[in-house]
Amino acid sequence: MSDPAPLSAEDVAKVAVLARLNLTDEEIERFTGQLASILGHAADLAALDLSSLKVTEHPLELTNVLRADEVRPSLDRAEVLSQAPAVADHRFLVPQIVGEEA
Amino acid sequence: MTARGIAQDVRSGDRRATEVVEAALEEIATHDSAVHAFTAVHTEAARAAARAIDAAVADGRDPGPLAGVPIGVKDNICQRGRVTSCASRILEGWQPPYDATVVGSLVAAGAVIVGTTNMDEFAMGSSTENSAYGPTRNPVDHSRVPGGSSGGSAAAVGAGMVPLSLGSDTGGSIRQPAAFCGVVGVKPTYGLVSRYGLVAFASSLDQIGPFARTVEDAALLLEVISGHDPLDSTSLDAPAPSLVDRLDEGVAGLRVGLCRDLIEGASPEITAAVAAAAEVLAAEGAEIVEMTIPELHYGLSAYYLIAPAEASSNLARYDGVRYGLRVDAPNVAEMNAASRTAGFGDEVKRRIMLGTYALSAGYYDAYYAQAQRTRTLIIDAFAAAYRSVDLILGATTPTTAFALGDKVADPMEMYLSDVFTIPTNLAGHPALSVPAGADAAGLPIGVQLLGPALSEERLLRAAAVIEKKRG
Amino acid sequence: MVALPDDWEMVVGLEVHTELATATKLFCGCANAFGGEPNTNVCPVCLGLPGSLPVLNERAVELAIRIGLALHCEIAPSVFSRKNYFYPDQPKDYQISQYDKPLNGIGHLDLPDGTRVIVERAHMEEDTGKTTHLGGTGRIHGADESIVDYNRAGVPLVEIVSGPDIRSAEQARLYAAELRAILIATGASDGRMEEGSMRVDANVSVRRGPDAAFGTRCEIKNLNSLRSVQRAIDHEAMRQVTLLEAGERIVQETRHWDEDAGRTQTLRSKEEAYDYRYFPEPDLVPLAPSDEQIDAIRASLPAMPAERRRTLVGLLGGSATESQADQIASVVDQGIDGFVTAAAATGVGAALALARVANELAGALSDGGVLDVATMVTLLEMEEAGEVSATQAKAVLADLVASGGGDPRAVAAAKGFEQMDTGALDAILDQVIADNPDEWQRYLGGDDKLAGFFTGKVMAATKGQADGKAVNAGLRQRRG
Repeated sequence: MSDPAPLSAEDVAKVAVLARLNLTDEEIERFTGQLASILGHAADLAALDLSSLKVTEHPLELTNVLRADEVRPSLDRAEVLSQAPAVADHRFLVPQIVGEEA
Repeated sequence: MTARGIAQDVRSGDRRATEVVEAALEEIATHDSAVHAFTAVHTEAARAAARAIDAAVADGRDPGPLAGVPIGVKDNICQRGRVTSCASRILEGWQPPYDATVVGSLVAAGAVIVGTTNMDEFAMGSSTENSAYGPTRNPVDHSRVPGGSSGGSAAAVGAGMVPLSLGSDTGGSIRQPAAFCGVVGVKPTYGLVSRYGLVAFASSLDQIGPFARTVEDAALLLEVISGHDPLDSTSLDAPAPSLVDRLDEGVAGLRVGLCRDLIEGASPEITAAVAAAAEVLAAEGAEIVEMTIPELHYGLSAYYLIAPAEASSNLARYDGVRYGLRVDAPNVAEMNAASRTAGFGDEVKRRIMLGTYALSAGYYDAYYAQAQRTRTLIIDAFAAAYRSVDLILGATTPTTAFALGDKVADPMEMYLSDVFTIPTNLAGHPALSVPAGADAAGLPIGVQLLGPALSEERLLRAAAVIEKKRG
Repeated sequence: MVALPDDWEMVVGLEVHTELATATKLFCGCANAFGGEPNTNVCPVCLGLPGSLPVLNERAVELAIRIGLALHCEIAPSVFSRKNYFYPDQPKDYQISQYDKPLNGIGHLDLPDGTRVIVERAHMEEDTGKTTHLGGTGRIHGADESIVDYNRAGVPLVEIVSGPDIRSAEQARLYAAELRAILIATGASDGRMEEGSMRVDANVSVRRGPDAAFGTRCEIKNLNSLRSVQRAIDHEAMRQVTLLEAGERIVQETRHWDEDAGRTQTLRSKEEAYDYRYFPEPDLVPLAPSDEQIDAIRASLPAMPAERRRTLVGLLGGSATESQADQIASVVDQGIDGFVTAAAATGVGAALALARVANELAGALSDGGVLDVATMVTLLEMEEAGEVSATQAKAVLADLVASGGGDPRAVAAAKGFEQMDTGALDAILDQVIADNPDEWQRYLGGDDKLAGFFTGKVMAATKGQADGKAVNAGLRQRRG
């Protein structure tokens, strides 16, 4: 398995946007160094030939965990909205959405 | 006094729960300003709960196996109507409208939740220095860390403020602070304890578990919180195991693997403590087998890809829309970013970015998928090992408690303190840390016992032997 | 219908999202119900509160399998995945969906015109909340703020993705209509596009000729009716052709269909695909339905619309006129074809049964009436035997449906409907002929359409009691 390209400041800046985090230039630089160091340790995994192994998504061997289609009580709306930063007309209020995602 | 003792006395009417709880509240009031194990103390609610238990006893009703026992609960386990903030600014003041399943189990067993305990923000850390509330201090030496991320829970028990507490363990966050604070800490088999109401860090690795001063108390608490939960799809379809009753059966005939990969790199004193523990087990009839599982060395790298990847997704919901911190901005995307930037600490941001990167297009296979294949490698290696031994003995941590501020400069250094605990989380296996003496400076040492899935009973038995011989 | 110029051809794929008709949401026990006071139908799970966990609804799985079987898909062991993106209507800022291992794999849907459209997949996923934009036009552009209701968040969806096999807007409409009929027939969905329980997005591109490479495509959203599906696709294809012929390029983007303005407009540019960072959902375990389970579900499926339409065509002798084809589509769509097949089984003529069911019965039922099959069949037998005329039969039917049933013969008798005496009918017919000599001459000359004219006159004179067939027989007899 070929090694992935090393992490650059540009990568970190792009990832910060994806993750909705604002970073200062200093933070970008600092985080780039730290993350590159952590990923460098991951390079020892890249060297392994694990192609014969399946991916473990769960440590359990469970499948088909289902529940019956039965109505259960919902939450009290007042309790839910009491924790909201902003409410209008019994709904959660947010500022302008610029450009729909997906 | 042990939790078992308290419960026995309260149930029989020999002691009143109100008196027990009042004593705990006083211990907290006296000692916690120095230790800072608790982020909140639920004084009036605890008193009311204690009164209700005493009333039940007077009525001839049995309040349960933890009747009147004061207990601390980590700040990432939802308690309805109480601040559950994961020691993060982004959840400052948030009160969940529901209880975690384990909280319901505690209350049903008669336990009295006296306070919420401090932690590393969103369970990311090994020292409880990443808390928005400020650090917790090791009760044995206040200039040192209690470990993390469940540092508050460990310190509360270690300082004698409460006999029991609940923490969570994703890469060692129960076992490592247990070792640092000189108490018992257990990470159960993945799926044995419900995660419903545990604020997620890394979903395939997280488990809630007990802290206690004695092995028996830890077993008692683990019994209470274990069992299938229909609200958790990853919950094992097995009833709660019976752990306390067989604790005294000893270890005769058990094959114990002394795993060098879980010892090499530990300090000489810790290495000696592990060897001593092995001798104790051998003296009680266990067969000690030297072994190596070299694959375990890949655990750290795999963990620091898988855990942040899952975390980056689990923490996306903190966007300032429905609850938690909101920093206003002209549009929603900027509001999300401003809120998250102000609300998350550096370690959390670091892991979110690492995880986002590991999952991103072009890198998924090289990082995340490869790490999950490494996980299979480790699971297979453990499976092979457990064909020849019944449990494994090793160190819990490479060092004893380090000084506050010692490891904050380099994240990688902090991560290395989890090197012996991480493999069990990857495998979903149970493991515990049991006190095994102290180093020359008097700092507690813990040794670790690991076993295959659902082997808690065996691990606790072996821990009980070590505890007994330690005196 | 719009025809593209020269050899331009449109290439269309449809993505259809359908809500499933379950009692509860996909991962929690909140009710799956349309409408309702905002944010009253929520819980820690569908709000994505910290610490909450999903648990899969078994009925949703069953309905999803029914859809897969109806579309001839491969049902395979599947895994849920997280699709990660930030949006206020997405409570966890990721959607639990299926990615590389969907429940239903490749299948197909055959259109009434014989075209086979490949279904690439039909996977399960959860719905989002609903955002209302405040200020501006109520549309997202120009809105100052938005408010979010999470009642719909977590409702079970199946996303059905077709291959790029559709070549006209009309075909697209047919596909959507047929898919809707199938979803209703399986019981998986109520197909109410106007309520949002079925949503259609179209991917449209154009190319010169059937062998050219696919062009850049645009995704069209906000198609709320079958009519919009057709209109929007025609418009979009033409927009693209116009641009390309002017030497410009198509920007890959998502466009919003404005039904009132009759055009699409840019919603967002999709030059670079968003990185959703899919990974397997760690809070759920894999779903692997057993063969026994799948077989049991397959056995419980009713006949699908295409098969039921074929059955009716067969009853008509193997071919249907255009109006009969419309009647067939209509009765199958409304689920009342059972009346026709039952009548035909007792020997009633299929054409008569079809006409009565498609026209009079359907109309009466849609007003809220009910009627059982046996009663309908009896009335049809009466009409076929000439016991009542067509007009009389329609009147009796209206009565029966309004009362929810009854004895057709008793109703006819109560209305005083008797078979008209042949002699009396002859006399009236002769009178009508005598009163309309010009028309009679034209009819004798071969203008068969005038039979209707004379029948109408006789009906008027007899207040509808005459038997239309007898009148026609009388006319033909007099012509010789």
